[in-house]
This record gives sequence, structure tokens and C-alpha cells, in this order.
Amino acid sequence: MSDSSLDQDFDQPGGSAPGEERINTGEVASGLRGYALGYGLALLLTGASFLAAQSDLIYQPAIISALVVLAVAQMGVHLVFFLHVTTGPDNLNNILALAFGVLIVALVVLGSIWIMANLHHNMMPMDEFMQHLR
Amino acid sequence: MLGKLDWSAIPFDEPIPLVAAGIIGLGVLGVLAWITVKGFWPYRWREWITSVDHKRIGVMYIALALLMLIRGFVDAIMMRSHQAMAVNADGYLPPDHYDQIFSAHGTIMIFFGAMPFVVGMMNFVVPLQLGIRDVAFPTLNSMSFWLTASGALLVNLSLVIGEFARTGWLPYAPLSELDYSPGVGVDYYLWAIQVAGVGTLMSGVNLVTTILKMRAPGMGLLRMPMFCWTALAANLLIVAAFPILTATLAMLTLDRYLGFHFFTNEAGGNMMMFVNLIWAWGHPEVYILILPAFGIFSEIFATFSGKPLFGYRSMVAATLFIVVVSFTVWLHHFFTMGAGANVNAAFGIATSVIAVGTGVKVYNWIFTMYGGRLRFATPMLWSVAFILVFVVGGMTGVLLAVPPADFMLHNSLFLVAHFHNVIIGGVLFGLFAGYTYWFPKAFGFTLDEWWGKVAFWLTLLGFVLVFGPLYILGLEGMTRRLQHIEVEQWEPWLMVALAGVVVMIGGVAAQVVQLVVSIRRRHELRDTTGDPWDGRSLEWATPSPPPPYNFAVIPNVENEEAYWSIKQAAIRSQSLGDEPDYKPIEMPRNSPTGFVTAFFSTLIGFALIWHIWWLAVLGFVGAYATFVVFAWRDEVEYEVPLETVIEAERQRRAAAEAWLAEHGGRTV
Repeated sequence: MSDSSLDQDFDQPGGSAPGEERINTGEVASGLRGYALGYGLALLLTGASFLAAQSDLIYQPAIISALVVLAVAQMGVHLVFFLHVTTGPDNLNNILALAFGVLIVALVVLGSIWIMANLHHNMMPMDEFMQHLR
Repeated sequence: MLGKLDWSAIPFDEPIPLVAAGIIGLGVLGVLAWITVKGFWPYRWREWITSVDHKRIGVMYIALALLMLIRGFVDAIMMRSHQAMAVNADGYLPPDHYDQIFSAHGTIMIFFGAMPFVVGMMNFVVPLQLGIRDVAFPTLNSMSFWLTASGALLVNLSLVIGEFARTGWLPYAPLSELDYSPGVGVDYYLWAIQVAGVGTLMSGVNLVTTILKMRAPGMGLLRMPMFCWTALAANLLIVAAFPILTATLAMLTLDRYLGFHFFTNEAGGNMMMFVNLIWAWGHPEVYILILPAFGIFSEIFATFSGKPLFGYRSMVAATLFIVVVSFTVWLHHFFTMGAGANVNAAFGIATSVIAVGTGVKVYNWIFTMYGGRLRFATPMLWSVAFILVFVVGGMTGVLLAVPPADFMLHNSLFLVAHFHNVIIGGVLFGLFAGYTYWFPKAFGFTLDEWWGKVAFWLTLLGFVLVFGPLYILGLEGMTRRLQHIEVEQWEPWLMVALAGVVVMIGGVAAQVVQLVVSIRRRHELRDTTGDPWDGRSLEWATPSPPPPYNFAVIPNVENEEAYWSIKQAAIRSQSLGDEPDYKPIEMPRNSPTGFVTAFFSTLIGFALIWHIWWLAVLGFVGAYATFVVFAWRDEVEYEVPLETVIEAERQRRAAAEAWLAEHGGRTV
């Protein structure tokens, strides 16, 4: 049987003891820079959200859209700086995990909205119900 | 000082729970006293309670599961016998107590019987099959187990201190809200499930990481044994679905404790959202239980047919198909809640479609047996019976997936028969098959075959006798959870079901006898080679029981059936090859962190149930302090000395050489 590319992407050298971590100091320093940068960006986006909601810098009806944009950007910052989702070849696991998570959340959220809206749809409107009672 | 807790919490006027609790209490005290008298405490503490070895943790999970299965089975016996006596009569269980029993039966069987059994099986087997030395996070693993045990303890405490929920195994709102369930029963349910649920979630994270990141060199994903694939699938489902359960129960908790209105009748609450959310977890949950069982059957069919698994890749595809589709079918649990035809049809079709994945698997198992040299040892008997029984359960499931049919059968005994048909005939048969199959690996001797067969036949017969009548009763219109029955025509079938329970009691007794007989005969039943069933995957390459480090040298995997090809090469060349270069092995140190944290979690749970706030705070502080102490530990690992490794390996090789000399030249 030939190894498919899927196999190779997932392969890890398996000789190390369980729970063993190899950390070198250079990695810690650059890692810390990344976290600091991410933290700064996250703070910035959070501040911007509060500012957008509380001041009249933005055209009133557009505030909600602005908040949505800022929230999506916030998610992006978290994914890249804290969850380390990148496009590197060794990152297939993370990308697949993210895709799986997004898929499940989408299924559950959209499914729930659909189901609950449909329940409502089939209820008799309240005033009509009252008339029936009379 | 003690919140709501006082002497009235103990049901002095109800003899049944008191006597039951007394017997359980005496049993526990007896075991503890025996351990103390024999001086086993240091050994228990060092080698089991604080162990972070995935094999030990797996065994403890399964021991917990077996105890809880018996506890849940006692509830089942009470329900069946009560119903048989309650036709136009009073029976012997008052409604209040009967409601607690069916709630406890479902809760215990799913959360503390089936789940620990499945998780324990995955814990024990997966690292061995992957050719590695432990799971990714060994101490976390120990914590997961002890949190599950802590949840089980809380549920059993409710027997004698207070009461259990009367709401069914899923506490539907608004019945479970404070207005309708003011007692502590639902609180016991909530905190027990939350504590155990955290354990399950961490165990899921742990095993997903292990499977994706820690396989032996050369073991690509598509070279993993089928059980590892189904374990990966089940743990992905755990990681995706259990947060929904935790969040839903947390919202119910807020309703009950802090006056929120998520699921209440008034103030904008929506109780139908509870039903929706709980089943968005609940349906994936049934696949969390059944997929590992499918993996066990796959291993057993291949081994006992002497053939590789038929259609390995289609099996992988079917498993992953089920993982995704299992998140699109949850509405079929509440077709009758009021959704329109569009929604019901969509979920009905998805439900029928998910059966295709299982259908693929059934044919693969049959084709695995086809043309094979079959050996009908006990694990194989469970597996063959599974195919026959499970197909019936699956077909009645497809029937219930049709919304108009479901409107007739919703909440009837037909439904009860259907899900017992798939959970007993699928999950439980699979777990018993796996228990018999891997027992020699865990303990170094096989289980007694004769008693195993007795247990199998009694369980199978009892199962058919109990649930056949329930199907019929359901079609005749009998609804579930009836404390009082007024239709005389149902009585004969209830009697047959009761007779079936008696046969099943025989089956359970035979399992216990099998264990006792096997332990007494362990020297005759000793498994010297580590490969009692002529196995195909890497766990059989280790001695039975395996050393703490599993493999002295991490194996190099070259094809789908790693151990089978190593074995065949050895038989062909009549030698095991040269001794490799052994090195000392570093293993994670044992740690009491899991046990201590779970102890504090039990305090937290108990305190919150009874509103003893200071104790809850104490529990939180204790649990956090334990974590801090663990995080500041200095010595993470210990070294297994080279001499120990070499000595164990020489023994293993000597046994393998003896086997080769005896079975020389036989190639398959």
C-alpha cells in the first residue's frame, strides 16, 4: 500500500516519551513576542468596539455592522496569535480541527434557529387563539 | 451551616432505598476493611489510585462501569417487576419512588455504565494499538477518571441523602425547573453530570491528541487499526458535543439557582429550547457509545476469521460519515414537539441516511467472515449475535425515523425497546466482547470460556425475552414510564418480559462467576505469549500484562496489520531477528493530583446541591491549590532502568521463541 499524502502530513516521529516537551529558549522569546502582539491587537479591537458603541463616531444604523466586523477581526486575532492557526504545511491538524469546529457550530446554531423558528411558525397567533376561545 | 441539609434528608420511612444503601455501604466498608486488614493501602495508593498509566486507568474505568451497570440493572429489575405487579394493582413502588428509579436507571446506565466502559476500553487499548507508551497527557487522564468516579459517587449518595431526579434521564424543562422540582433531585443530577462531563471532555481531548500526534513511526492514519479510527471518531464527537451538554445544564442550573429564565414557563423562557439543545448533544452521544463498539467488533471479526478486515477504507469513510451526519439528526427525538412538515421531513431523511453508514459496516463484517477460518470463542459469539440483534434494532430505528410512524410510536414502549435493542445489542454486546477479548492482555490470563458462553447465551436469551414483548406492547399502545397499568391484555407480555429479566439475572451472575472461576484457575489459563487469540494489531506484540512502558523499543510500522506481518516474518524465518539496542525508558511519574482534585470536586458538587456555600468555596480553593502544586512539581518523570527493560524483554523473546519452536513452519 502506498502512503497517501494524508498519511505523511499527519506523521510524527514517535520515539519520545509521552508528555515530553522540548522547549528551547529562542522559541520562548519569539513565542512571547507573538502573544504580546496578539494581546495588544485584541485589546485594541475590544477598545474599538466599546468606542463604536458608545460614541457617535459611526453613523448610528451602521454600528451593529461595525461591531460584527470588529468581532470577526477579534476571532481572527485569537485564531492566529493564540491558537496558532497558520497556513504552514505542519498545520493541517489545526486547520482541520477549526473546520470541524466551525462545521459543528454552524450545524447546531443554524439547525436550532431553523427548528425553533418553525415551531413558532406552526403556533396559532395569539389573537386568533383568543378568538377561538371566545 | 449545613444549608438545606438536615435529618429529614434521610428517607427513614422508605425501606427500599435505605436497605439498598445499607447493603452498598456494608459492601464498600467490607472492601475497605479488607484492604486495611491485608495492608494493601500503600500498594493501592502507589500503583492504582495515583497511577497515570493508561492501562491501569482503563481498568479502573471498566471496574467502575461494571459496578454501575449492576446498580443500573437493579433499577431495571425493580421497574420490570413493579410493572408486572402493577396491572390494576398497586405494585410495590410508590409513584414518587418509581419516578426516581427510572430516572436513575437511565442516568446511571448511560453516564456511569456505558460511558466509563467505552472510555476505559479506549484508554486501555488505543495506546497499545498505536505502538506508544502512554496517552498524550497522563496526569490529565487520571483526573478524567477520578472526576467520572466523583460523579458516580454523587448519584449514589442521592440514594440515601435526599432524593434523585424524577424527571427522566434527561431533565426536560419546565418539569426540572424549581417550580415543579423543588427538591434536591435535579440538583444531584446536574452536579453529578457536570463533574463527570468535565472528566469525559478532558478524556476526549486527551485521546484525540494522542491519536493525531503520537502514533508509532510509520503508522499513518490509514494504517491505524479500526478500533483506533472509531476511537478517534468517538472522541471528536465528545469534544464537539459535550460542551453543548455542559452549556445546557449550566443554563438549567442558572434557572434553578439564580432565578434566570432560560427554560422557564414565564418571563420569556423557552422550554422547547432545552429539548432542542439537550438532543443536539444527545444524538451524537449515542454514536459516541456505538462507534467504539463498532471498532471492537471490527478487531474481533478480523482476528477470529483469520483475515484482514474487509473494506478497511470504506469502514473509515463510513465512520467519518457517521461523525458528521450524527450532528444533523437530533430533531428525530422530538418530531412531535410541533415542527412543521419541512423540518420533520429533512431530519427524518437525514436519520434514514445515517443508517447507510452502519449498513456499510454490517456488510464489511459479514464479508470479513466470508471465506475465513472462523473460531467461535466468546468474543466472536457476542459479535455474531450483535449483527443479528443490531440489524433488528437498526431497522426499527429507521422505522421510527419516518415522522408519521413516530407520531404513533413516540414515547411508547416500542421506542424503549428500540433504543435498548441498539444499546444492549450494540454497545453492551460490543463492550462484553471487548472485555473478554482484551482481558488476557490486561491481567495475563484468559477468562473461562465455558462460563463466558453460559453468560452469553443467558444474556442473549434474556434480552430477546425482555425486549421482544416491549416491542409488542409498544405497538399495542403502552407508553413508557407507567407506574400504574389499567389494560389487562398487557399483563401476559409484562410477565414474559419479567421472565426475561430473570434469565438476564442469570447472565449477570454467570459473568460474575466467570470472573471468580477465571481468577481461581489463573495458572491454567495463563497467557504466556501475549498473543492468546492469534491477533493482528500491535497490542498483541506486548507481553500480557504489558510492562508500564508497553514497548521496550517503539515498533516500526510498515503496513496496515503491523503485528501480523511481524509475526509472519518471524514464522517464515524461524527467528525473531537480532536483539535490538535497548535503552533506559523515561516514564511519567504517578501523581495524586487527579484523585485529590476529584475529592474536592465531590465536595463542591455536594455543597452546591445542599447550598452549603462555605464548603463549595473550600472545595474550589482546594481543587485550585492542587492544580498549583501539580504545576510547580520538579520531577516529572522517572527512569525505568536498563536491566529491568532487558530482563522483561528477554522473557518476552524466550516465550515467543518457545512458541515458534512449537508451531514451527506453520505459515498462514
